[in-house]
Amino acid sequence: MAYLDHAATTPLLPEALDALTDELGRVGNPSSLHAAGRRARRVVEESREALAEALGARPSEIVFTCGGTEADNLAVKGLYWSRLAADPSRRRIIASPIEHHAVLDPLRWLEEHEGAEVVWLPVDRLGRVSAASVEEALAADPSSVALVTVMWANNEVGTVQPIEAIAAAARRHGIPVHSDAVQAVGQLPVDFAASGLDAMTVSGHKIGGPHGVGALVLGRGVEVTPLLHGGGQERDIRSGTLDTPAIAGFAAAAASAAASLGVRPARTAALRDSLVAAVQAAVPGAVLNGDPAAAGRLPGNAHFSFPGCEGDSLLLLLDARDIECSTGSACSAGVAQPSHVLLAMGADPDLARASLRFSLGHTSTEADVAAVASAIGPVVERARGARLATQRH
Amino acid sequence: MRVLAALSGGVDSAVAASRAVAAGHDVTAVHLALSRHPQSYRTGARGCCTLEDARDARRAADVLGIPFYVWDLAAEFAEDVVDDFVAEYAAGRTPNPCLRCNEKVKFSAVLDRARALGFDAVCTGHYARIVDGPDGRELHRAVDPGKDQSYVLGVLTVEQLAGAMFPLGDTLKTDVRHEAAARGLAVAEKPDSHDICFISDGDTAGFLRRALGDAPGDIVDAEGTVVGSHEGTYGFTVGQRKGMRIDRPAADGKPRYVLDISPVDRRVTVGSREDLAVAGLEGVRPRWCGPVPEAAVDCLVQVRAHGDATAATAWLDGDGLLVVDLVEPILGVAPGQAAVLYDGTRVLGSATIDRTVPAVVATPSTVS
Repeated sequence: MAYLDHAATTPLLPEALDALTDELGRVGNPSSLHAAGRRARRVVEESREALAEALGARPSEIVFTCGGTEADNLAVKGLYWSRLAADPSRRRIIASPIEHHAVLDPLRWLEEHEGAEVVWLPVDRLGRVSAASVEEALAADPSSVALVTVMWANNEVGTVQPIEAIAAAARRHGIPVHSDAVQAVGQLPVDFAASGLDAMTVSGHKIGGPHGVGALVLGRGVEVTPLLHGGGQERDIRSGTLDTPAIAGFAAAAASAAASLGVRPARTAALRDSLVAAVQAAVPGAVLNGDPAAAGRLPGNAHFSFPGCEGDSLLLLLDARDIECSTGSACSAGVAQPSHVLLAMGADPDLARASLRFSLGHTSTEADVAAVASAIGPVVERARGARLATQRH
Repeated sequence: MRVLAALSGGVDSAVAASRAVAAGHDVTAVHLALSRHPQSYRTGARGCCTLEDARDARRAADVLGIPFYVWDLAAEFAEDVVDDFVAEYAAGRTPNPCLRCNEKVKFSAVLDRARALGFDAVCTGHYARIVDGPDGRELHRAVDPGKDQSYVLGVLTVEQLAGAMFPLGDTLKTDVRHEAAARGLAVAEKPDSHDICFISDGDTAGFLRRALGDAPGDIVDAEGTVVGSHEGTYGFTVGQRKGMRIDRPAADGKPRYVLDISPVDRRVTVGSREDLAVAGLEGVRPRWCGPVPEAAVDCLVQVRAHGDATAATAWLDGDGLLVVDLVEPILGVAPGQAAVLYDGTRVLGSATIDRTVPAVVATPSTVS
């Protein structure tokens, strides 16, 4: 089995598994005042400190959530609502069109239901958003802008954004800026304080931690309107009993990722480079999407279009050969739509449908690359045949 | 064999797939997404195109431990089935969309893609039997007469049949439900689907009115006398008795039936039950599930999905039309439906009914 879908979810790191399972057997609500509660609270707070340390943030800036999607929703809606409450003229949101659906769909929802107006930033054919375009969008009418949101690195094509320059542009106009860093953490150096961001989304299961836990890193003094009201946990921003085991596992994974930042990404990138070379050797027409330069791309990402194929067919054929990857596109009732990311990058819909994402991570091996190298040629040939056999005249 | 099992989300296709697995085949499941807007087709649990059906299909695949994919066939389905359905009604005929779906989608687009991807067969939950005969594969009626679906498969050619697998043909529906329950398939008690899957509310007339617009016209009797009016000829099927707005009762006081539909002059002609009797028919686009007959064959012909087969002699004329002479006249043969020919339980082939030959030549009644 070659698991090459780390961008979807990662295998648990051993230290995360230990931290998680140690806590699962213990009782205690971190909000309780008795000994069991105090013990759980200590685990949560130590985890908060470890996570903050790993992300270059202060412990008080960590707001635990049930995952990346909740953190994105909290950032986008919460910032919009609080900014609008303070100044009813701030209805514009500046965003990239290649955001994850956890940002994209809240943006569209705010447009449809809450009077927001989203200004979509241009994206070049490598998937890059420029700080200059953010500056331009802001300068048009800064007093009407509620927030800026641009992801740190793209989950489909792996393109890394100039997030510090984008944050600096927003700061010059005093506009809060959010970034979804779910894919970046563990693969790139992510330092919240140095980035200049006001809010940043992170997720547990993308970095070798457990599912169902994430965090919004929220700068002190940044106001967001809560989505969940209740017991007042997490600075009254996110009510709900904290999931101590998941938080402990998440922090352990983040600490491990930060500690091995000098080793793991370089190792992953080397494997990725040999996978890209192997695919391009086996399939001369294969198109590598995203930024080909190492500095502009997540080390674990290899995203291709195979002209003349359906991504669906490639996935089925590779799955049958025990190679697990993704078309990287959104599903509704499981029906593959051409990726909004590739379309925004100017790809034609046919080529967008012909795409496949291999994403490597901490458990990837040379054997995984070898499995792809030997399978991809025949698989692409067969998928092309299937496309020809069913093409409408 | 490598088998692609089409899972609709219903009990039949789930049990068919489970039998393919039990038989030792290497089975992969697909659910066909046929609607461009999955939620806009049928709601509830009766159809084959809802998000709930997709989930049920996925769940069945999980229980069987086989890979599951969704194939988007919405464009093919819209063009070959839905558009064809509307066009046929617009032309005054009564189509059967299930037949068209089997011919053009399930055993064409899906089978072609499956074969190209390395599968040997497409497995469905249709109730029909494939029998190895002396000259190759034969398609036969299912053993459960109440569920037999050989009629809607009557369009399959030998080539299509070669890539088809119908594991339920020798089983009663009640046994299929028991087997589903025994195998832990949650769809065991799911109701059967009956209506047209792409008409969510079951209102075919409303669907056609939205597609074709109002086209009011006259209802006339055999003499051409206007006896009523209608909102569009597509609301009628030859042989229909109910649902007509007729102002003047027939002279003999007997019920009147639709005899003919003429969309060009927006006329629906009605007459007596006797006038419905048909002695023969002509079919276009003949398709053969076996050798093309070189001479006239004595056979049975079935002219609608739920109807008896009747004795006939059939042959191909020089223009490639299928001509069918009925031994005894039958009633209510609607152009657009398929005439499926059987030899006993075996399907020989089919054609789309284009015109019928009345049993009694209408003689204008004397006007007093």
